[in-house]
Amino acid sequence: MIPAAFEYHRPKDMAGVLAVLEEHGDDARVMAGGHSLIPMMKLRMADVPHLIDLQDVGGLSDIDVQSDTIRIGALVTQHDIITNDALTAVAPILREAALQIADPQVRYMGTVGGNVANGDPGNDMPGLMQCLDASFTLVGPNGERTVAAREFYEAAYMTAREDDEVLTAVVIPVPSGGYAYEKQKRKIGDYATAAAAVQLIKQGDTCVHAAIAMTNLSDTPIFSEDAGAALIGTSLDDAALKAAVAAMLNDIDPTEDNRGPIAFKKHVAGVILRRAIERAWSRA
Amino acid sequence: MSKKMHIQINVNGKDQEFLAEPRELLIYTLRERLNITGPHIGCETSHCGACTVTIDGKSVKACTMFVAQASGKSITTIEGLGDPDNLHPLQSAFKEHHGLQCGYCTPGMITRASKLLEENPNPTEEEIRFGMAGNICRCTGYQNIVKSIQAAAAEMNAAQEAAE
Ligand SMILES: Cc1cc2nc3c(=O)[nH]c(=O)nc-3n(C[C@H](O)[C@H](O)[C@H](O)COP(=O)(O)OP(=O)(O)OC[C@H]3O[C@@H](n4cnc5c(N)ncnc54)[C@H](O)[C@@H]3O)c2cc1C
Ligand code: FES
Ligand code: FES
Repeated sequence: MIPAAFEYHRPKDMAGVLAVLEEHGDDARVMAGGHSLIPMMKLRMADVPHLIDLQDVGGLSDIDVQSDTIRIGALVTQHDIITNDALTAVAPILREAALQIADPQVRYMGTVGGNVANGDPGNDMPGLMQCLDASFTLVGPNGERTVAAREFYEAAYMTAREDDEVLTAVVIPVPSGGYAYEKQKRKIGDYATAAAAVQLIKQGDTCVHAAIAMTNLSDTPIFSEDAGAALIGTSLDDAALKAAVAAMLNDIDPTEDNRGPIAFKKHVAGVILRRAIERAWSRA
Repeated sequence: MSKKMHIQINVNGKDQEFLAEPRELLIYTLRERLNITGPHIGCETSHCGACTVTIDGKSVKACTMFVAQASGKSITTIEGLGDPDNLHPLQSAFKEHHGLQCGYCTPGMITRASKLLEENPNPTEEEIRFGMAGNICRCTGYQNIVKSIQAAAAEMNAAQEAAE
């Protein structure tokens, strides 16, 4: 399991990163924690003649909780999320999801930026960020721009990020109401067979806001607007839950693989979404 | 072959300097270049935890890090925790409570457990199982690994109290 040879760059700032990307174009790629990229390089499914290690680039490792937004630097790790009490106080769904990613060793290394930029449908953070209506900050040769998480994913490993852009931060509106991140996996450290991120707001007995996103059930994460709409204005009775699950099933497009045939995945997706909605409602 | 790089790492308190290709995986640096053979290779695919070492306060799978990334960092392996005449409390507890059978997973288990106890000196059984989930054992069924870690935690806490 020896990757192809590469030249290693460890720039000290973003200007240095962008300079290497500009000089080597397609032959250069950034690495954050390396826990998606290195396995791919070892399998020689990724060939990276110029590897740019981001670890020394400053200003990418902070979690900044403001009154209405949260800014998470690209190099913040899953472990950092789990151990940040200020973040958990305002957006507990982030910790709940991070705890279900991989295993302890991987969580010390895997970053938020790498997880959302990777474009692997199995990653848990993209669906979560769509549920939370986060946006991603990208920096490139022409400066900075922002792309909504709900607009970012085009196909497996294809995103709105250009090859010469680096993702520097994820910005999340502070969520309110009840939340749940529910994931079915074959074992610890496995990617989801199906996972659901849900945020709900309850007024009296009525659901007034619902955001639902699903993971690993299509070649991109799926933000199911219709599933959310099926809950709004209801008191989450059985009919509303059934309608939300039906709407979600209409939006996903799973394929058969070693996690099971399509019918099984749809079944699991329904079970997981129902559980997530019920748990979010109980916390709303 | 790519250009060799000047690498500087500290392993178990000792500075090491050498030239290496950046693509060299840290586990090979430790085992084959430096002859530090405590960390094992179980899967080589980031799944089993047998290669676990501590790098700047994080438990890391040494099969999933390039030596170039580790340059400038301090690394602790099982060899840095204790030696046969002066075992770490976790090493004694694994021995005492039958926390190993073939022993293949043990260096990774103990290195990971040392970090877990540093972060959480008084873990519940559930916290131990969750915190050790990145380490696979094919022999013990984990029961005695959990017991060993609990015993080591109690021992280390008692020693801490005695010292205070
Ligand atoms: C055993 C194991 C189990 C895992 N299980 C899960 C799981 O259950 N759920 C899950 O979500 N993930 C899982 N992962 C993946 C893990 O969370 C990854 O670490 C994470 O997806 C990527 O983060 P990274 O920092 O390691 O990214 P890297 O591997 O460094 O990068 C991944 C990709 O993103 C690009 N990239 C990285 N950072 C940036 C940036 N700032 N800007 C632009 N592009 C960037 C890289 O060029 C690369 O293409 C698992 C990994 C392992 C090894
Ligand atoms: S050898 Fe590194 S995780 Fe198995
Ligand atoms: S003791 Fe044999 S693998 Fe754990």
